[in-house]
Amino acid sequence: MTSRSPLSLSRLAIYATLLAACAVYLIPLVVMLLTSFKSPDDIRTGNLLSWPDVITAIGWLKAWDSVGGFFWNSVKITVPAVLISTLLGALNGYVLAMWRFRGSQLFFGLLLFGCFLPFQVVLLPASFTLGQLGLANTTSGLVLVHVVYGLAFTTLFFRNYYVSVPDALVRAARLDGAGFFTIFGRILLPMSIPIIMVCLIWQFTQIWNDFLFGVVFASGDTQPITVALNNLVNTSTGVKEYNVDMAAAMIAGLPTLVVYILAGKYFLRGLTAGAVKG
Amino acid sequence: MSSIAVFTKASKLDALQRWLPKLVLAPSMLIVLVGFYGYILWTFLLSFTGSRFMPSYNWVGLQQYARLWDNDRWWVASKNLMLFGGLFISISLVLGVLLAVLLDQRIRREGFIRTIFLYPMALSMIVTGTAWKWLLNPGLGIDKMLRDWGWEGFRFDWLVDPERVVYCLVIAAVWQASGFVMALFLAGLRGVDQSIIRAAQVDGASLPAIYLRIVLPSLGPVFFSALMILAHIAIKSFDLVASMTAGGPGYASDLPAMFMYAHTFTRGQMGLGAASAMLMLGAVLAILVPYLYSELRGKRHD
Repeated sequence: MTSRSPLSLSRLAIYATLLAACAVYLIPLVVMLLTSFKSPDDIRTGNLLSWPDVITAIGWLKAWDSVGGFFWNSVKITVPAVLISTLLGALNGYVLAMWRFRGSQLFFGLLLFGCFLPFQVVLLPASFTLGQLGLANTTSGLVLVHVVYGLAFTTLFFRNYYVSVPDALVRAARLDGAGFFTIFGRILLPMSIPIIMVCLIWQFTQIWNDFLFGVVFASGDTQPITVALNNLVNTSTGVKEYNVDMAAAMIAGLPTLVVYILAGKYFLRGLTAGAVKG
Repeated sequence: MSSIAVFTKASKLDALQRWLPKLVLAPSMLIVLVGFYGYILWTFLLSFTGSRFMPSYNWVGLQQYARLWDNDRWWVASKNLMLFGGLFISISLVLGVLLAVLLDQRIRREGFIRTIFLYPMALSMIVTGTAWKWLLNPGLGIDKMLRDWGWEGFRFDWLVDPERVVYCLVIAAVWQASGFVMALFLAGLRGVDQSIIRAAQVDGASLPAIYLRIVLPSLGPVFFSALMILAHIAIKSFDLVASMTAGGPGYASDLPAMFMYAHTFTRGQMGLGAASAMLMLGAVLAILVPYLYSELRGKRHD
């Protein structure tokens, strides 16, 4: 709008405000990184943004020692849960968009509510059920829980995507004698790459970052990294090692950060799809 | 003979094809009916029982809800939610809108700046809480940094101040979610007809006036969506409290989600926990129902 006067005073003010805001948003990350590479002495004598006398990776080594195993737990929970819930969501969305039957719309409505469900209201029965199934405190139990309560969002993503695919395409294939799975595999899946990406990334961040299910349904050796990080940071025994805390927080946050930086476009689309259409 | 055999085989296949969609959807339908609605009902039942460490089904009527009513900690948690939710939602909205409007001014490197505003949303609330707990550490955090930088009398110990600890939660939550609001509004702003803005400019309206009077009022649905999402985050937020304050000092920074967890899973007050969970569901419904109502009505007008 004001491109003809690129350096007017108001333009300058806008850029200054944006830059200041960038600094505020970045400072926590900078402080986390800086602290994680400091020695305990530097932490005690310096301050949040002071440059350390020695840069040491001891915090990262100690942090990996205490939360590394839980990192792999999170991987073992997240990978199958993301894949299964995405596949189920794709099939559900396909049926709800292309093969409607009496009651399928009602089911979609009932499912949508799951996007808003405060999980506190299902925690108790879910934990009884996991106990009955012999899945309490297991990785498989957490995978199951994440699949069940991720279904609402994954189905929503695919259903809304497939609704915009022209019906004629599917009708023509049906006349040619193509069956349910042939149409899905040959026609719809190849054009679903963007929504698959959105769904995978959404589910990955949701499940990796989950704390509530992890703390309720897992204990000891099966805990995900978020629970392990919280235990590490909030223990009151021994001397607080802030460099270890910060390194552990970075370890817990890095996977989702990397995904966000590599595939931010899909991440944003998932957020807004979940928000605007939810 | 053979033609009949072929015919029945084909019709069987046909029947299978007709049933396949329902078969594929069946497991999910079961999951939703049992895992969503069945479990809600189950929790509802538990909230009328005197269950403690184990579920028992001795009926106590509304006693658990009455206990909540008389429970000081529950009131603190509920008031905290109002305070936290109100501040978190309004500050996130104002900041998000402001940043979105600023970013909409043909900024160079817009994508890069957007990435910076949004990255906290990718982090777990536990990571956010850990980071801010350190930043707000009384004695070693921002407190000390500003004194080191020459502001001698500076004190910043809100994290251990029962009166102010909730504001610490607000700061961290706003940092995490305001970029998301920005992204929502930026997407909305991109959909606004530019010719309207140009026409208003020709009429001599200033840019702030154009945004306040014309552009932002046209983004009503985006406001509503953002409000919904933020309210939902606020009601569910449990991780942030767990990692930053664990509800402390005392129970000064308790939120309903934390109350529910503590009573149900560590203090052996299952019935009371179930009752508090039902009230949380009630709060979500109180926000959700008007939203869905307006959404559906809006669609009918289209």
